[in-house]
Parts: sequence; C-alpha cells; structure tokens
Amino acid sequence: MSEKKKLAQRDYYGKALATLAAKDSNVIVLDADLAGSTKTSEFKKVAPERFVEVGIAEQNMIGVASGLAASGKTAFASTFAVFASGRCWEQIRLSVAYPKLNVKIVATHCGISVGEDGASHQALEDLAIMRALPNMTVIAPADAYETYAATMAIANYNGPVYMRLGRSEFPTIMPEDVKFEIGKATVMREGCDVTIIGVGQMVANCLDASEELVKEGIEAEVINMSTIKPLDIGTIYDSVSKTGCCVTAEEHSIIGGLGSAVAEFLSQELPSPLTRVGTYDVFGESGSPNALFEKYGLTAADIVNAVHRSIDKKTEMKQ
Amino acid sequence: MECSISDIENKANILRLDVIRMTTEAGSGHPGGSLSAADMMAVLYFRVLNHDPSNPLWEDRDRFVLSKGHVAPVLYAALAESGYFPTEELITLRKLGSRLQGHPVRGKVPGVEMSTGSLGQGLSMACGIALTGKIDKKDYHVYCLLGDGELQEGQNWEAAMFAHHYNLSNLIAFVDRNRLQTTGNTENAMSLDPLPEKWKAFGWNVIIIDGHNVRQIIEACEKAKGSKKHPTVIIMNTVKGKGVSFMENNADFHGKTCKPVEYEMAIKELKEVIQ
Ligand SMILES: Cc1ncc(C[n+]2csc(CCOP(=O)(O)OP(=O)(O)O)c2C)c(N)n1
Ligand SMILES: [Mg+2]
Repeated sequence: MSEKKKLAQRDYYGKALATLAAKDSNVIVLDADLAGSTKTSEFKKVAPERFVEVGIAEQNMIGVASGLAASGKTAFASTFAVFASGRCWEQIRLSVAYPKLNVKIVATHCGISVGEDGASHQALEDLAIMRALPNMTVIAPADAYETYAATMAIANYNGPVYMRLGRSEFPTIMPEDVKFEIGKATVMREGCDVTIIGVGQMVANCLDASEELVKEGIEAEVINMSTIKPLDIGTIYDSVSKTGCCVTAEEHSIIGGLGSAVAEFLSQELPSPLTRVGTYDVFGESGSPNALFEKYGLTAADIVNAVHRSIDKKTEMKQ
Repeated sequence: MECSISDIENKANILRLDVIRMTTEAGSGHPGGSLSAADMMAVLYFRVLNHDPSNPLWEDRDRFVLSKGHVAPVLYAALAESGYFPTEELITLRKLGSRLQGHPVRGKVPGVEMSTGSLGQGLSMACGIALTGKIDKKDYHVYCLLGDGELQEGQNWEAAMFAHHYNLSNLIAFVDRNRLQTTGNTENAMSLDPLPEKWKAFGWNVIIIDGHNVRQIIEACEKAKGSKKHPTVIIMNTVKGKGVSFMENNADFHGKTCKPVEYEMAIKELKEVIQ
C-alpha cells in the first residue's frame, strides 16, 4: 500500500488562512469557540484584527458573515461540520445562498472519522443538505495538499461555498503543489473495467482498492470528485462510457451525497450499474476511526466488494 | 436514608476519581467541565433527585437533562455510583460497542433522559418535560445543567422566555459558571456578564451560590423547589477542573485528558481527600 505522508486537512486549511491573512486584507475569519480545533487560530496569529470570535453561536456567525460579505468582505466561517451545516442551515439558506453572498463555510471534523465523540458530532448528511441549496458550491478535498489549494481557490471565487474537511491525519495522495479548479475532477488512475468515484478521505481508499483489483485483473479508473457541486459531469460521462459501470465512495450517507449526485446524473444521461459505498441510513457511534470505517463498510475491501457487484451487474445486463 | 453533607462531599470526589479514570482510559473527552460540576452532580444524585435507579423509567421520577453533553463522564459516574449500572462499565467510555457514548444518548444508558452534545438544546428539552409535568399535574421536578459558554447559544434564551411564559416553576436550571470555554475566558470569547440580570430580565428566580459548597447547593435546590410560579436558575460559581490542582482554571483541560504522569498525580490528590 501507499507510503504517502499522513497529514490533517485542517492543518493545511490553517496554513492557507495564514497565507491569505498576509495576502488579502479583505478576508475576515469568524470562529465559534473552536479556533484551536478548526485551525482558524492560524489566521488569528497573523491578522488578529480581522479575526472575529462570535462565541458558541453558529447561527449568529452565519448571519454576521453574510453582513460582512454584503458590505464587501470575503468571510470565512468555520466550526465542526455537524454544526456548520446543520445548526444554521436555514440561516445559510436565507442569509448566504439566496442572496449569493461571498461566504465560505469551511467545516472541519466531518464524517465518522471524528471517532470517539460519537454520533452527535459525526456529520454524515452535510453534503446532502448543502448540495440541496441553490447557488451553493460544495467542495470536499481529498487530502491536506488539495485542501490548501482549494482554500486559495475559493478565496478567489465570489459566491457561497461549503467546504468539508476531516479532523484526523490521513494519507496525502495529491502532489504537494496541486492546483485546484472548482468543478474539475481529477482522474487519479486510468482503467477500462470500472469507474470508482471517491470524495474526501475515501479517495485514498479507492486507490488502495484499485491496487487490490489489479491482482484480480480488474483495471479501475479512479476519479477524485473534490467538487460535488457543480458536479463534473463531463469527466463522469467520459469515464463511465468507457467502463460501463460505476462505484461511488464517500464518508457520508448514501442518501443525498456523492453517490446520489452521480446516480441522478447517470440514471438520466447514461444508465449504468452503480454501487454506492457510504453509510446506509444510520447514525454513527463512538470508537476509533479505523474501527468505525470497518464497522460501517468504508474500507478499501468494501470498495472492492462494491466493484464486484457493479461488474457483475454489467455482465448480467450484457447477457 | 438521607446522605449527610460530608457523605456527599466524599461522593463528589469519588465522581472526580471516576472521571479521571474514564477519560484517561478513553484518551479523549472533557475532564475540566466534568470536575467543575461534580459537587452539584453528587448533590443531585445522592440527595435531591427523587429517583429509583432500579426503576429508571418510573413515571413520577425527577428528571435531569445534561445540556452540556460533553461532560457525559460525570453523568455516567453519577449514574453508576447511584446504582443504575455497574461501576466496572465506566472504563468502557468512548470505546466501540460501549453504551457509554462520547455524548449521552437517550435510551442507551438507564437514567439518561435525553440525547445531547450539541450545545444549547437541553433547556428546551427540559421545558418540554416540565410542561408535561404541568399538563399532567405531576409533582416531579426537572433539572438541567448548562455550561456558561453554552449560554451564548440563542436557543437558551428562547427556552428561558418559554419557561417564564408557561410558569414552569417545576424547572430548575444550573449554570456551571466556571468562566472558561474552549478558547479560554468566556468574557473574552463573548461576554455573558451581567449574567444574573439577564436571567432576572427573563422572569426567572435567580440564586447565586458557590458551586463547590455542598450545603449551599442543597439549600438552593430546596429554595428552588419551593417556587410556586417561576422557573429558577442556580448560578454556581465554580472552578473548571476543580479537585485536581494542575487542572484547576486551566482551559487546556477542557477537552484534553491526562498523560500518564498527570494521571498518577491526579489520582494521588483525589485519593488523599476520599474517605
Ligand atoms: C452547538 C455546539 N457548538 C460547539 C460545540 C463544541 N464545544 C463543545 S464544549 C464547548 C465549550 C463549552 O463551554 P462551556 O459551556 O462553558 O462548558 P464547560 O466550561 O462547563 O465545559 C464547545 C464550543 C458543541 N458541542 N456544540
Ligand atoms: Mg464553562
């Protein structure tokens, strides 16, 4: 398996914010009592006068961010993903998405890899509820390096963005100097038997799965779909036209996230067998991230099984 | 038989010992705010609550809602030490398959009334339970523990308004006024003072006590239970990390657990005061 460096996305979000603090005097960062965890503390070190602490008050944070944006600022607002997406969803809808304001909601501690804190803190539905909002761009970088690049890219984009990041360290799979273009997927590996589309931390597992599959003579095409909305349908179309079947993998519910987005597109434009790897309509629980990935079916082995299922379906349909 | 003041003081330190053991074993969790609430939790579970650990769903029981759900360790310790489940189970905290989830889950552990962990929601839940008590003409009381930083969430004040409007005299809230939250001092993050005046303006009875004085906690509860019309808030001036010298007033131990040497020191200090 890969011997890639393990890094935490939130650390690279902090680094990017520190760079932005020095580079762009228009950027304001808002915190809801979690600066040390989300790493917005790195921005505060460089530009304390443009760091706004709102206390434990996520709804107010979004409202204030929208006002800052309405008066010309680029507002970054960060907290844990459950609170960032869920607690203030309707504030985001009305104050940010509807008027299309320049607010970047950067949510850390996504998914089940939050681990021991348990289900109350494990956002497994944030992609779904953010994706449902008109005008919202939804991004989930695959590693720490891509997080850095994505942070710089969204700072340059004028409009609402939700970006989802993890808490823990996991393997880097993108080059350190990766460029990020909103809405553009990356083909990580070419293959003609199956398309595996991953997002976030799961892309690394997709690559591990593809290495296992090679041993069985299966060549998988692996795509890092780091922008979930707008979805890079061109890349999906080209790949699935070639491979004839698909697997999606996300650290998120199979309801409403990447798997749903891909299913919506394929069923309408290119009906093909699709198997979704994700959590199956359940809350998580306390445990170590690795143990939880096993229990909830998010490992490379689970992706391999999903690939078998999609390829079997493809074969059945040809008969 | 009623627990004496010194028994309760002793129980509070046993809860503290449990909290240190559990969180150190788990390697994560929130010891600071668990320790600041230990005296109040001991008073509730060993003196004030009208409850029956062998019958956790008894319909006339007093209810307790832990709104600041991150201090689940002290709740689990109080439940186990009062007989809801074996104390041996405490060290399974936060492990895969344990009932003792990182934040409390209703229905999973006997005695846990509501699921919490997202701050600012517990007082509303307590209002609903208290309102049922009024509608059904029950005599039970509903207790709710709030963090001070937690009060920055606006929902608390919606609930405060509601409790006054519906004359929820059977509702008693505690504020653990340890003056610290994740990023440090509450007054630097988002000032709460003058806190008693805020609650008074919302129509609540306000009692201010030393949250580490067991006698004062008991007396405040008795006074609150006597209220005929208004809900009561007991603002407890406390020290975060109380009982372990190097944790006291130390914001670092909000969400950080002991290293092995710190663990030994903490256990030693607590064992010295436990009879
Ligand atoms: C809605 C929400 N926002 C943020 C958090 C993360 N968080 C957990 S504890 C905490 C600080 C709580 O401070 P306080 O209420 O004063 O508790 P105590 O000092 O008693 O531990 C924060 C911000 C959360 N659990 N819920
Ligand atoms: Mg506090």
